[in-house]
Amino acid sequence: MASVPFEYGLVVAAVLFVLGLAGVLARRNLLFILLSVEIMLNAAGLAFIVAGARWGQADGQVMFIFLLSMAAAEVAVGLALILLLYSRRKDLDSDALTMGAGSTDIPGANGAEGGQP
Amino acid sequence: MNLIYAASAFVAIAATLMVITRRNAVHALLYLVVSLLAVAVIMLLLGAAFVAALEVIIYAGAIMVLFVFVIMLIGPRNDIVSPRAWIGPGILCFILLAELVYVIAGGSTPPLAVKEVPPREVGIALLGPYLIGVEVTAFLLLAGLVGAFHLGRRLATTLGRKGD
Repeated sequence: MASVPFEYGLVVAAVLFVLGLAGVLARRNLLFILLSVEIMLNAAGLAFIVAGARWGQADGQVMFIFLLSMAAAEVAVGLALILLLYSRRKDLDSDALTMGAGSTDIPGANGAEGGQP
Repeated sequence: MNLIYAASAFVAIAATLMVITRRNAVHALLYLVVSLLAVAVIMLLLGAAFVAALEVIIYAGAIMVLFVFVIMLIGPRNDIVSPRAWIGPGILCFILLAELVYVIAGGSTPPLAVKEVPPREVGIALLGPYLIGVEVTAFLLLAGLVGAFHLGRRLATTLGRKGD
């Protein structure tokens, strides 16, 4: 039984990570940016698994479990933010959502929004 | 087994490439599920069966369902899943199915020539030297829960006011 070198696994993880990074940089839809972040997290987890398998230790899988719960928490908050933004702006274009200095219409900044029901 | 590994890697990379190039969010989500399944196969081949199952259950199951709900709430209503959208993910999934049938038909072949780390060792490591990490993760999940609840309550306020 031929053994696949562990470098191949790392190469696959690196390619997936770079694809996710390209998605983050190229896409402008916030939903796609979040999807690409998930791809990057998944690639990092795969790298952990490869490293854990390389030394036959359980640490890689433990790290992946931590990463999994981190991704779950991140995606819950991120998707809630996306829904909130969409309900106010009707737009998920990250270029249109400039809320930094100089922007006049910051959602929730005028005190009228986000109040108690 | 080398061939299975190469096919899984191809499916994962091809599906991920399709994810970041789709215009329709539902199509991208379909491809992402296929990509996650392919990565789970790679993990299985690397002797991490427990984590491969977690990848399918939590990533391809729970987290993708969250994305489906959000796309359902905000996505375009027209032509969400046309029959043609299933062709690409279907072909890639068929490759994974062929791998599965090949492995099952080939008898109980072990994964790659690696030492398989059983779930028992993972659990012992998780609740032994990494116990502080588990506790910190509990804090993180609580923070995520509180944050999602807070944002969701504001969202309900916004939607409720608009609906009046």
